[in-house]
Amino acid sequence: MEPPAKYLYYPGCSLKATGIAYEESLLTTLRLLEIPVEELPDWNCCGATAYMSVSQSSATLLALRNLALAHQTGIRDVLTPCSACYLTLRKSQELAAHYPETAKDVEQFLEQAGLPHPDSVRVRHPLEMLYNDVGIRRLRELTVRRLQGVRMASYYGCQAVRPYGEVDDPHEPVRMDEVLQAVGVETVDYPLKTKCCGGSLTGTIHEVGVRLNYILLKEAQRKGAQAVVTICPLCQFNLDAYQREIRKQTGEPIDMPVLYLTQVVGWALGGGFRELGLHRAISGRKLIEQWFTVKKEAETYV
Amino acid sequence: MERQIRYQREANLEWAHQFTKQPGGERLLSCIQCGTCSGACPLSIYMDLTPRQIIALVREGFREDALRSKTIWLCASCYACAVECPQKISITDIMYRLKREAIQSNLYPKRFPIPVLAREFCEMVRRRGRNSEFWVVFRMALRSNPFVLFSMARTGWDLWRTGRLSLRKGRIRRIGELQFIPVASKEVD
Ligand code: SF4
Ligand code: SF4
Ligand code: SF4
Ligand code: SF4
Repeated sequence: MEPPAKYLYYPGCSLKATGIAYEESLLTTLRLLEIPVEELPDWNCCGATAYMSVSQSSATLLALRNLALAHQTGIRDVLTPCSACYLTLRKSQELAAHYPETAKDVEQFLEQAGLPHPDSVRVRHPLEMLYNDVGIRRLRELTVRRLQGVRMASYYGCQAVRPYGEVDDPHEPVRMDEVLQAVGVETVDYPLKTKCCGGSLTGTIHEVGVRLNYILLKEAQRKGAQAVVTICPLCQFNLDAYQREIRKQTGEPIDMPVLYLTQVVGWALGGGFRELGLHRAISGRKLIEQWFTVKKEAETYV
Repeated sequence: MERQIRYQREANLEWAHQFTKQPGGERLLSCIQCGTCSGACPLSIYMDLTPRQIIALVREGFREDALRSKTIWLCASCYACAVECPQKISITDIMYRLKREAIQSNLYPKRFPIPVLAREFCEMVRRRGRNSEFWVVFRMALRSNPFVLFSMARTGWDLWRTGRLSLRKGRIRRIGELQFIPVASKEVD
């Protein structure tokens, strides 16, 4: 299928706060690729896992409102970078399409709220968009600088690759590795790449959440990676924000950059340090500065 | 130690039957107890009952055992179990339904943070259409265990100094449209 001429962008709540660097790097990357994009006007929170834990039908309607708004703009492809948002929006479509009871609720809601039926809207994830619409060959051609001798672990996390399998193979995803290799980054074999980081557990059952993230970081290190690359704001936050605590608990010297795929790709395409949000990292700041500060560009970063 | 014997008369098969009408639960009765779900689950070693055991309890109709387990709250909805299950049972969706029922019937440990978080989250989204990570977490901590705020302070500072902590409470313009979304009904749906 021909790639669309323009994309909508559904940020979700995280990309406006803890995941702001994901928004910055995604928009910069799209600009460098000359792909037009527009933020979905008046989007609402997708509801995430929390809403689904309270009411399945309300969660579905809440998520679907966004797709109805998307339909109104006439742009069909909605880029949804947050893995939890991606899954939630996809799931609402799935439930509305395959379960008559949900479909009835949806009809009623859309009619009352005066919204159109969003049949033709497609929920897209940036990883799959880079892979399918831009393509490995073009990414390779457009790469203007390479990270020499840095090895990274691609961490897909759980929600984006499951359960519908459109972003990548749910059992053995490889597309992030291919995208990274296309822009000149060496990736390591990382068997834990789809093991869940615990999501909001770091905020609720904290010890267990931190433990899962320790396992993920430790294994990446053991496999020879110097950084972990993510495609979800919550994965990034969990892996990035608790490294000090992990060091204190385990005594192990873990201080690893946890980057967004769009930061690494955007940098290879010529994006600047700050416009890619690289200054927002909590862990591994020294390495990030060392890798991504380009000498001749240095003076432009105030 | 809790009593481990269960009698058939305690089982509520009608309740179990509802799960087969839940999206993802249609094939519940075909579970072969292979344990693949427990093996795939990254959290099963921290759970009191493994996902396989939860499925067995649900299928046999042991409602309270399933609803009172900590397992359902440790489940991070990662779908690892669901994509691996040879019988195509969406264990994740069964866990979701158990969470909904446990919240509605107040069958969770008091001051337990997760149901509180879920409620605070939905409340904020219903009123504003968006969620502020900061305020949701803050209010959850106040309601469950204010002391965790001290341990969160360090993370908060890290986020603040990297410009990632937003105190703004966003609000959508056409908030009226959300009024047509029913507030969680009495029925578990
Ligand atoms: S999943 Fe998270 S970030 Fe995405 S909209 Fe929902 S709450 Fe907000
Ligand atoms: S890995 Fe963690 S943060 Fe990422 S999608 Fe899964 S639960 Fe969410
Ligand atoms: S993986 Fe599926 S069939 Fe096997 S025990 Fe779990 S639910 Fe039952
Ligand atoms: S969805 Fe829940 S039960 Fe299934 S593997 Fe993930 S955490 Fe375990």
